[in-house]
Amino acid sequence: MASAGPARAIVTRKLNLWYGTFQALFDVDLAVRAGIITSMIGPSGCGKSTFLRSINRINERLGYVRTTGSIEVMERDVYAPEVELLQVRKLVGMVFQRPNPLPLSIRDNILFGHRLHRGSQKVTRSREDEILESALTQVLLWDTVKDHLDRPAVDLSLEEQQKLCIARLLPVKPTVLLMDEPCSALDPKGTEAVEELIWELRGDYTILIVTHNMAQARRASEECIFMLLGRVIEHTATEDMFVAPVRQETADYIEGRYG
Amino acid sequence: MFEATELNRKNQKTERLWRLLFLMMTVLLILPVLIILGVLIYHGGPMITIDFLFTEPTNGMTAGGILPALVGTVWLVAVALLVSVPIGIAAALYLSEYAADNWLTRSINLAIINLAGVPSIVHALFGVGAFVLFFRFGTSILAASLTLAIMTLPVVIVATRESLQAVPHAFREACWNMGASRWQTIRHVVLPNSVSGILTGVILEVSRTAGETAPIMFTGAAFFLPFLPQSVFDQTMAMSLHLFVISTQVPGVPENLPFGVALVLISMVLAMNALSIAFRMVLRGRKKW
Repeated sequence: MASAGPARAIVTRKLNLWYGTFQALFDVDLAVRAGIITSMIGPSGCGKSTFLRSINRINERLGYVRTTGSIEVMERDVYAPEVELLQVRKLVGMVFQRPNPLPLSIRDNILFGHRLHRGSQKVTRSREDEILESALTQVLLWDTVKDHLDRPAVDLSLEEQQKLCIARLLPVKPTVLLMDEPCSALDPKGTEAVEELIWELRGDYTILIVTHNMAQARRASEECIFMLLGRVIEHTATEDMFVAPVRQETADYIEGRYG
Repeated sequence: MFEATELNRKNQKTERLWRLLFLMMTVLLILPVLIILGVLIYHGGPMITIDFLFTEPTNGMTAGGILPALVGTVWLVAVALLVSVPIGIAAALYLSEYAADNWLTRSINLAIINLAGVPSIVHALFGVGAFVLFFRFGTSILAASLTLAIMTLPVVIVATRESLQAVPHAFREACWNMGASRWQTIRHVVLPNSVSGILTGVILEVSRTAGETAPIMFTGAAFFLPFLPQSVFDQTMAMSLHLFVISTQVPGVPENLPFGVALVLISMVLAMNALSIAFRMVLRGRKKW
């Protein structure tokens, strides 16, 4: 585990969020431990994705979003006035429900982020190849695609596309990876493969993963957050939550009484 | 077991009826276009010679060619697009990629769509007031082209904005999440994937602009001027106005001459449209998602 950094990768205090007049998050106080996988569960519309999207401030694109409270990533307030939004996005990568490879080759997809941030500085082809191989190796995709790196990324299977979308973040050197139901567009085999990959990335990155799949949360995370109607109900070690939930709502949800 | 029932047969009859109706409407739509083209080619076709295209009109525009009008139209359209395309694309980029989605943006969008419907004579009079008189450009290519530019601007904006919106939002999110700035996202992902639509819109505008008469007749197009323009401050003849003039204002014009002019004008427009379709096909072929 990365030992140098702070123990808490994401800390929120009294985070409230409104879409127009609709309040989606209520006083969310969370501390996500660095270097582990934390899953977020809860019924649709409970604010999981909203929470995820406010961490790297991608929500702001919608003009009518208003937040109060604070979000700290690696002990720095991401809403502080001196913060450069692009640096936040660099540090906090995001993976979406539907794989969204850019309409470029596999190579250009992986190198896209790196090229964005190196400015006019020259980088040799062999250095780019190293970056490419390292990113694709980390997501267990190198052996599959190494012989056709110039093929369009959209020709890959969904599972491979999703792995590519994760790999694409790595050359930018993020510390936090946010994943919004990364497996819900995949078949069971793909889900297993991507889960396995996420498990592999544990330790090097802090991973916060939203899921609808309770079994997935249970298998593939170390801590678990249960949200309901915009509030955090429970945040404990995954084992504890599924074996002995503290709150009645959590127990009800886990047993499938609503959601 | 699978034989048609009474109800099936009734349905089939209605089905045939509707089908026939729609087919007839389509024919009704195409027929006038074909007739116009046919008449133009029949009467105008023999007029078209190298001399016709490359000499000046003579004998009080009852003989000779159309070179000054042809060149003038090219000038007018080129200068108009040089102004309206960059401004239009920039405005569309701002509205689609930067502006927050609020009531102000929405009302601006609505205004632009309405602006596209303003009659061209209104633009013409605006052009006289603004460019000819206020800015003292006089009646010149510049004044006429600026008037045309103002007229085409809303259409360029709408066409560009639609092409930009057709680029999946997921592409933008993918870029932002790697820390790409707005401009980097536009430059590397949004524009390359919308350029075919933008070009198509622009080229279609060319053909519309080439045919406009009202906006140029008070602002820069001349009745008869058998010289080629030397700069944007000159007046010029133009195909559309020339056609209007020889059809209605000049006595003793041979019957086939206006047909010849019209045929050249319509060929220019069709050639541009064909080019736009070709562009779209080539660029679409590269697109994949």
